[in-house]
Amino acid sequence: MIDINESVMQVLLAFVVVGPLLGAVAALLPAPPGLKGKSPEQAVLRHGVTVTGVILIAAIVLALGFDHDHPSKMQATTDISWIPALDVRIHLGIDGISLPLLVLTALLTFLCALYSYFKMPTGPSPKAFVALILVLESGTLATFAVLDLILFFLAFETVLIPMYFLIARWGGAQRTRAAWKFILFALLGSVVMLLGLLLIGIKAGTFDMVALATDNGRSLTTSVQVIAVLAIGIGLAVKTPMWPLHSWLPDAHTAAPTVGSVLLAGVLLKMGTYGFVRILLPIAPDGMHTFAPYLAAFAVVGIIYGSLACLALARQGAKGDLKRLIAYSSVGHMGFVLLGISTMTPTGVNGALFANIAHGLITGLLFFLVGALKDRTGTTDLDTLAEGTGAALYGKAPRLGGLLAFAAVASLGLPGLAGFWGEMLALFGAFKPAADLSRPAFLTFMAIAAFGTLLTAAYMLAVVRRVCMGAVAQETPKLADVQTYEFAAWTPLVALTVAAGLWPKALLGLTDPAVQQLLAGGTR
Amino acid sequence: MSALAQPLAESMVQSVDWLAIAPPTITAVVGLVVLVADLFLQEARKALLGWVSVAGLAASALMLLPLLDGDRATFCLTGDATACSYTADHFTLVIQFLVLGGALVAALLSITTLKDADKGLPEGEYWFLLLSSAAGAALLPASRDLATLIVALEVASLPAFALVGIRHGDKKSAEAALKFFLSSVTATAVSLMGVSFVYATTGTLYLTQIADRIQHVDGQFHTLAQTGVVLTLIGFAFKTAAVPFHFWVPDTYVGAPLPIAAYLSVVGKAVGFSGLILVTVVAFPSYADVWGPALAALAALTMTVGNLGALRQQATRAYSAVRLLAWSSVGQAGYLLVPIAAAAYSKDAQKSIGSTVAYALMYAAVNLGAFAVAALVGRSRALNRISDYRGLYASNPLAALLLAFFLLCLAGLPPGVIGLFAKVTVFSAAVDAGLGWLAVVMAVNVVIALFYYLQWTALLFRVPEGEHDKHRVPAPLTAALALTGALGIALSGAPQLVLRFADTGLF
Repeated sequence: MIDINESVMQVLLAFVVVGPLLGAVAALLPAPPGLKGKSPEQAVLRHGVTVTGVILIAAIVLALGFDHDHPSKMQATTDISWIPALDVRIHLGIDGISLPLLVLTALLTFLCALYSYFKMPTGPSPKAFVALILVLESGTLATFAVLDLILFFLAFETVLIPMYFLIARWGGAQRTRAAWKFILFALLGSVVMLLGLLLIGIKAGTFDMVALATDNGRSLTTSVQVIAVLAIGIGLAVKTPMWPLHSWLPDAHTAAPTVGSVLLAGVLLKMGTYGFVRILLPIAPDGMHTFAPYLAAFAVVGIIYGSLACLALARQGAKGDLKRLIAYSSVGHMGFVLLGISTMTPTGVNGALFANIAHGLITGLLFFLVGALKDRTGTTDLDTLAEGTGAALYGKAPRLGGLLAFAAVASLGLPGLAGFWGEMLALFGAFKPAADLSRPAFLTFMAIAAFGTLLTAAYMLAVVRRVCMGAVAQETPKLADVQTYEFAAWTPLVALTVAAGLWPKALLGLTDPAVQQLLAGGTR
Repeated sequence: MSALAQPLAESMVQSVDWLAIAPPTITAVVGLVVLVADLFLQEARKALLGWVSVAGLAASALMLLPLLDGDRATFCLTGDATACSYTADHFTLVIQFLVLGGALVAALLSITTLKDADKGLPEGEYWFLLLSSAAGAALLPASRDLATLIVALEVASLPAFALVGIRHGDKKSAEAALKFFLSSVTATAVSLMGVSFVYATTGTLYLTQIADRIQHVDGQFHTLAQTGVVLTLIGFAFKTAAVPFHFWVPDTYVGAPLPIAAYLSVVGKAVGFSGLILVTVVAFPSYADVWGPALAALAALTMTVGNLGALRQQATRAYSAVRLLAWSSVGQAGYLLVPIAAAAYSKDAQKSIGSTVAYALMYAAVNLGAFAVAALVGRSRALNRISDYRGLYASNPLAALLLAFFLLCLAGLPPGVIGLFAKVTVFSAAVDAGLGWLAVVMAVNVVIALFYYLQWTALLFRVPEGEHDKHRVPAPLTAALALTGALGIALSGAPQLVLRFADTGLF
């Protein structure tokens, strides 16, 4: 949109990736004079807001400077040799697929830092908290910006330790177990993924994603592709998460602090689906063709399973935890993303990418809201909240109730909001999958997935009914309604949800050319 | 007559390239000097011996610099200039650097230990033994004939037995030394038998000549040659603490003074795997179908047993920290064996070997670092339990952060970038050689290992239970920590520094 010099863009992208890391180191050092603030705690939390804010601004400038007429072209590319022995290069770049995810990550992390500035989760010193959030941000941004398989793996692993400590140190009940489950699942997945990445790199002779994507799997035999897709796919599927590898997610979400949940759902899960689109689709198309129907089958099972689990949790007397419920709904939503990817058509993949962003916005918002609800009522247990008739949030805290209802409705995919387009496009893609995929099978998947949207609507409305509605007893104290800082943290998410719902072209215009080219044979 | 004798003497007497053999020689000479000086030194000034030894090790390491071209060889056969007993090629230099550097850090740790022991340990003998063992370890990678190899192996091990049992009147120490000694001597005997078989079938002890002649062994001696190959390997597998020759490790590490445990975990392993590399890749390349599967199985077993053993350690048991490091070093030995096994299958054996060397360099730096922190904590908590590390961050943040970094390097997770890339090279050697199953076994092991490394790491940052008393960290210990820490961090930024060995021919 605005014309920025290519070398400035390069520096900006490198800064976006490295900046948070430097910020993390700075957070551990004592504050310099003049920036000491009211207390060391306040100073370091403010430092977190500043750094993530600067990164967000850099990401926005990057988005503005991005050549929107050629979103399929890799832009702001840096390519320098790092470890010649392994043929690892520091190759950075963004195109229409990674740019939205980059901005989403920067935005969500900034909002989380802002939210924690006012509402620090209970736990040890905020110093480590801020440093971990910043390392996490660096790892996720790097995942979306790097174009080298080994570097991708490095970035993928970087987020594990910070997230582990965020859950284990600042989490709620059962946090130790949940943190262990998270990191063991993730690591088991990623070492298997590493084997697949190495197989591709060794057989094709390069780890460069752009070169590999342009090659489009021509230098890899089908059997190599099949093994590689299986290995890499397992690693990515754990992260996404795909049913039946999802079982770490509900525990991690339930135990994680609000900010951790937001980042986990909003950003970390996207790394898995991004890997499917960026690595597997263009680099090993034959292997992907082999596994596409199975991936689709697992995806729709995930959709139905997630919805049924949510329905069970939303039932009266089920002692359902609201955070756990949203986590299961994530499994369902990511099922749509995987279904879109498995169709291997531009429509489906675009839908998947759209649903990715929408899920980040909406689920991020939902976790923020539930976190706020927990701060006010002390519980996320649906039965305790709702008691006999319902929590009556509309009466006690009308704005909070309204926002919760908005987020729930957006999550179930109401047309006009962000959640709608992604899932619809994914279903469209399944209606007409890539030429050599079995159409009847995908039609079946489509029908099942469509049924899943109904179930989603059912449980989301049940949640709204039980949490927002109900009779207000006279003597119950009013809950504190939405505070200013909460408005500040949530408004961008609400606005973007509406914007993406009303003007999907803004996003699809970015992703579509890049997806077309990726499926046809690589990126330029 | 003298005119006649001159050429005869020239043809019989080997010329010696003193510069090439300087690194092990200086170490050995300094060892002798220290032993003699001990007799004449007043009790109060014994600490000097330690610093002389450290200086000697540093000087030997510096003597590697003029050899960097890697083209020197000495003690060659007068008739055949290609058959040499001592070669200072790149492989030799890298391993000698590892051995001398490892011994240097162990020596730095020892200075504090000896001071704390307050005459409980005999200083002169201690330094003499440490330096002789280091000299043997430095000689080993340079040896290119089986006799020198076995001699070097024994020079490296015999002083180590004495070092393990050096604590006077300590029953555990003596028992550990005996256990170590008996099992090691058995392995050496088996190895010697293997060597004699090989000599019987090929008629030479020079590795390059063996490689040549063992391909043309008479059909009836084929089994004998094969047995010889396998038996020779056993002695070196023992040194690497490969399963099933690992059982001496935990007790020995606990019984020995901590710096000696650190020394054994790094230098002892270097001795083992460099010997294995020489024997397998240089001497018996044509028998790759024999030692390849054997080493692959050994590697899988070693890492699995080592990691499961480490996993079983209870945090509150006495010496559990050292025990855990001992078991984890067994697991790490398994990773070191993977590329050697892969060398049997790959087209470019040297590249695979390079992965082992690169991994060993990473492992040496971070494992010595972890031992240095353990030595630091052990000063105030003599039992050195893992639970003693709880809340270390509160009392000594820098040591805690360093230990966390070292442990994550060993686990292979960022921020331990070098650990991650070292594992990546090992994985890629396995995948490259088509050893997919071994790569998968290793992947599972990496996850198991992560569990105990991370558990320990997490403990460092917990709220401390009791009062950690703050001590001043003694200078040698600080130096050791700074050295290993700086090395680990520098390597994490520029992994190419060690990983380049995985890309070039070392021989």
